[in-house]
Amino acid sequence: MKTFTVREVDFSYSPIIPIFQGLTIDFDSRTTALVGQNGAGKTTLVKLMKGLLKPDKGELLVDGKSISEQTAAQLAKRMGLVFQNPNDQVFKTNVLDEVMFGPLNIGFSKREAEKQAMNALRKVALESKVAENPYDLSLSERKLIALASILAMDTEMVIFDEPTMGQDFAGKEKIKAIIQELKAEGKLVICILHDMDFAAEVFERTIVLNQGKVILDDETREVFSEKEVLEKAFLEQPSVSQIAHALGFEKSFIHEAELIQFLKDVQRLNPDLS
Amino acid sequence: MSTIEVENLKYRYPDTTKLVLNDLNFSVEKGECLGIIGENTAGKSTLCYALAGLVPHFYKGAYGGKVTVNGLVVRDHEIATIVENIGLVFENPFSQMTGAKQTVYEEVAFGLENMGLVRQEMHTRIEKYLKLLAVYSVKDKNPFDLSGGQMQRVAIASVLAMEPEVLILDEPTSQLDPQGSQEVFEVIEELTKGGMTIILVEHKMDKIAQYADRVLLLHEGRQVDLDTPENIFSRGDLTDFGLTPPVVTTIAKALGIQYPGTKLYPVTIEEFKRLGEDK
Repeated sequence: MKTFTVREVDFSYSPIIPIFQGLTIDFDSRTTALVGQNGAGKTTLVKLMKGLLKPDKGELLVDGKSISEQTAAQLAKRMGLVFQNPNDQVFKTNVLDEVMFGPLNIGFSKREAEKQAMNALRKVALESKVAENPYDLSLSERKLIALASILAMDTEMVIFDEPTMGQDFAGKEKIKAIIQELKAEGKLVICILHDMDFAAEVFERTIVLNQGKVILDDETREVFSEKEVLEKAFLEQPSVSQIAHALGFEKSFIHEAELIQFLKDVQRLNPDLS
Repeated sequence: MSTIEVENLKYRYPDTTKLVLNDLNFSVEKGECLGIIGENTAGKSTLCYALAGLVPHFYKGAYGGKVTVNGLVVRDHEIATIVENIGLVFENPFSQMTGAKQTVYEEVAFGLENMGLVRQEMHTRIEKYLKLLAVYSVKDKNPFDLSGGQMQRVAIASVLAMEPEVLILDEPTSQLDPQGSQEVFEVIEELTKGGMTIILVEHKMDKIAQYADRVLLLHEGRQVDLDTPENIFSRGDLTDFGLTPPVVTTIAKALGIQYPGTKLYPVTIEEFKRLGEDK
């Protein structure tokens, strides 16, 4: 899969409140963060992309071919969606069965499915939990199980709905490595996020949705330099940019190391200040 | 007497061999906000359950030591008595919804009905807390039709409406956008000013630094440290516990910006700025 196109899509849950009107987005090989306040339409958008909801108007196209010509089963082989709430996704009584369910369902042999499942579990460092009931694990672990069960399907495109929710530092590092690996394998990666620091650090492209409209769509660095537009969408800049601004610097930053280097240079150039 | 007293608390879930809580000792004063940090599986959520009485009344297992909340020994009282003193907002708001009520308004009423409040008092409280958490506009919706963020705020409102002495929040903003998250923290700050005691479990270290008076650092069920945010986040060994300090502290460490005469680093932007300017 090279591209996924959302073209002129209209959608509403109830006739009086439209969610999208003529929404157009072209997803490409850049890892993409989708941000926006609660209720902006992020989850609705990914449900449309996955074929779980049907647009009232417009088209969704994989490599130029409309998804309406493909069955949900065909789409499932190509696109994986990791739900925001793992309890909406996880239903088997042990971890291995849970993670094998997806690959088996899309036609992998039992042996292949198990291999895929174990690989995916190693990526989230939960391979030691294969025999446990997913509901005996913590919520953050269950979230990683839900993620592994999508990875195991080896789809060409993976959509994550708030994967960092409830994750500690180590969990976020694992998710970051997984996203980079998927990118290296040539897969399309799209991620809904509320964590601006994670979006800034990890993703090449960022799209800001506000009330069903795309208000920013560019390289991540460019998007996060648009302080006023972000504020209008009730979002904030990454912590490093906020710190830089609080210190009186206009420049925006997206990585910690950049700001540290910048401040060290400032200290060096103005020795009387330090 | 402190509002919460925890003495030699040990706990192990049924059919397991490892202590999830291993000899915890601390107290929390009235009006204090105690932050709890630690990597996943450190024991944070289990400690919340132990304070709220779910451990050992709902989750059985092996229990040792003593937890006292508002003068009540948690082990010796039924959950029904404990919940009038201490309210717990679950990490996953889905777990908080009763599933028995058709509207948000009734959902918030549920806890109050169980407390046996008079009708007018219930209406007053429900309206007050739905407005405080900015979910009054969805009062007639089914709780399960709400977005994750709205549901999280309804969960907080339904616990707050019971006006407990102590409020435990287990990652209260995990599903919220930055604006919604900020609003919830402002509510938390107001509540502590009003004398409510708050226990806050949170992975966002900048929020812990900003809102907690003291921070309890847990690792593998043990109490590693209990101190001010400055002392906790200035520790050089945080990565050993799977933690990173707030971004501003990392930057202060890299630049050597410290409180004069101490080994402490600033944990908020305001303090960073002040120390940077003084320097």
